[in-house]
Amino acid sequence: MSAELVFYILAAFAVVSALLCITQRNALASALWLVSTMFSLAAIYVLLQAQFIAVIQVLVYAGAVMVLFVFVIMLLNVGRSPSDIRGLPVRIVALLVGAGLLAQLVLLGRVSAGSMAMSQGAVAGAGSPMSAFPAGVAGAAAPADQGVVGAIAEPLFRTYLVPFEITSILLLAAAVGAVVLAKRKL
Amino acid sequence: MLLGPSLLLSAVLFTIGVVGVLLRRNAIVLFMCVELMLNAVNLTFVAFSQVLGLGGQVMVFFVMTVAAAEAAVGLAIILAIFRHTRSVDLKNINLLQG
Repeated sequence: MSAELVFYILAAFAVVSALLCITQRNALASALWLVSTMFSLAAIYVLLQAQFIAVIQVLVYAGAVMVLFVFVIMLLNVGRSPSDIRGLPVRIVALLVGAGLLAQLVLLGRVSAGSMAMSQGAVAGAGSPMSAFPAGVAGAAAPADQGVVGAIAEPLFRTYLVPFEITSILLLAAAVGAVVLAKRKL
Repeated sequence: MLLGPSLLLSAVLFTIGVVGVLLRRNAIVLFMCVELMLNAVNLTFVAFSQVLGLGGQVMVFFVMTVAAAEAAVGLAIILAIFRHTRSVDLKNINLLQG
């Protein structure tokens, strides 16, 4: 099977799971379908040569964050509530907004990809970004000599060192804030 | 090289997330739809990092960190609201309506 065929299968799986996630009445079922979407996205990341991000996606998102969600759903016991999907007028508005947003995003993707190809000094004519960038220049070249994790660690600990350190303060503040908010009495 | 299809999939997933936020009243499901939107944006970053360098993957790393922090604080707030109103349905949280 070619990579493109695998990609389309995974993409269909992700979209169907996401649709089921927002239409399931049971919050726990919603959470499990979201986990399924995240696993398909992790597989897509592997196809896009981002193996480290794929592993982090499974460990942090499908693992830690979604376990937190499932814990809270079970703690509050909201699984058996009556349907919380809004009525028909809101549904129509939501579908219209969704259709408009999707059209905008698809249009934006086409325009920016074309202009990006132009700004990179692409050969005129095709207008497609594929002509501007030969196959996987950045994605394939870096992991060859550094390994997958080393290729990400290098920019992370050099160019983005200060944001990385600020993230640790953010996580500390979030941990303290979550404990304070969830505690019954200080 | 799957840049075009990846951007299309990302747009579709983001739209599904937005529709979910508009459609649902359960605060926890609302949060999950926000996570879905963050995932769609991450897919865009990874797709562009394929052609524009690995800075995009570093950005995904930061987005995941902020999303984890946001989920922890948000779920704690939902817990506090549930203790107050015995419900996570947004129609019962209408203090600002006067």
